[in-house]
Amino acid sequence: MSEQDESERHKVAAPQWTDEQLKRRRQRNLAIAWTLAGLMLLFFVVTIVKLGGNVANRPL
Amino acid sequence: MSDTAISNDRDTSAAFPEGGMGSARDFFQLLKPRVMSLVIFTALVGIAVAPGGIHPVIGFTALLCIAVGAGASGALNMWYDADIDARMARTANRPIPAGRVTAREAAVFGSILSVFAVMTMGVLVNWVAAALLAFTIFFYLVVYTMWLKRRTSQNIVIGGAAGAFPPMIGWAAVTGSVSVESIALFLIIFMWTPPHFWALALYRSGDYEKVGVPMLPVVSGEAETRRQIMLYSLALVPVTLLPGFLGFAGALYMGATAALGAGFLWLAFGVWRTGPGAAQDKAAKRLFGYSILYLFLIFSLLLAEKMLGLGGTAPALTL
Repeated sequence: MSEQDESERHKVAAPQWTDEQLKRRRQRNLAIAWTLAGLMLLFFVVTIVKLGGNVANRPL
Repeated sequence: MSDTAISNDRDTSAAFPEGGMGSARDFFQLLKPRVMSLVIFTALVGIAVAPGGIHPVIGFTALLCIAVGAGASGALNMWYDADIDARMARTANRPIPAGRVTAREAAVFGSILSVFAVMTMGVLVNWVAAALLAFTIFFYLVVYTMWLKRRTSQNIVIGGAAGAFPPMIGWAAVTGSVSVESIALFLIIFMWTPPHFWALALYRSGDYEKVGVPMLPVVSGEAETRRQIMLYSLALVPVTLLPGFLGFAGALYMGATAALGAGFLWLAFGVWRTGPGAAQDKAAKRLFGYSILYLFLIFSLLLAEKMLGLGGTAPALTL
């Protein structure tokens, strides 16, 4: 089997994305990014709240 | 790499993709934001009136988890019910029947949010509240949506428990336990649900009949539904006074709730005494609208009393 045939065999038949779909995918990705950033911030703030004054009390 | 570059790398000969059409707004709609708003409010009251107090950040986290959990069960409900949603005027424009989001996308979205909401509640708030939240999602999806909704006319009586849990979860977020007081808050919403939904079902029974959902007016007739609305309303009003009897609501709550209850009974009586037709639909619509305001005001009173320091001071009866 030639190298070109091998490359054709592995080619994945992906669907075509329209401009509108790409725009919506970008929107969704941004929403996910903001949600994850918010979740990270939430865990950070709650950790600070729960540790209170002990937040800096750790071995360096 | 830009999106356009990615798309150019792909084989464009394949069929149009299934999925990927939903906007962020469509996914937000899957969370049933209007239902979520009442859930958030009742949960907030549960958090506020629970004894002991909670750090505002932890309280906000609990509320967020309850909201996301409720939204996730809404998305899972839309996934399972997409077939009947498509045939009812009220629900035909939801993201799945309208073709903007696939059923599979909704199922994955709802499942991921459910797991995140429950785990976040457990790790950041407490595991009693997390367990109650998990049970609520399970109850709404499996017990109500999958099991009861299409099988029995008592679907919303038992399924209503799912909507009644949020104040109990809020209470558990503060106290780490379930108590008689939080069960009283649960019972108020539990008893409120049947007359609220049956009032809607009376003037929407055609929709439910068309898709084979055995709502009470479809199965037992409109006269029996009107009678059941009256009976449940009679049971509801004394239940709304439980917070006063249990000592965590004061005179303002008791007086105003009794007056609001009298209004509820009057409208329920109006539905009961009408015959079929336009007059019944009008009375049912009036009761349905009032029932939303009624529940909102009852929980607002509990919140207002707590903020003004007028509520009862009885210690929580922890189970």
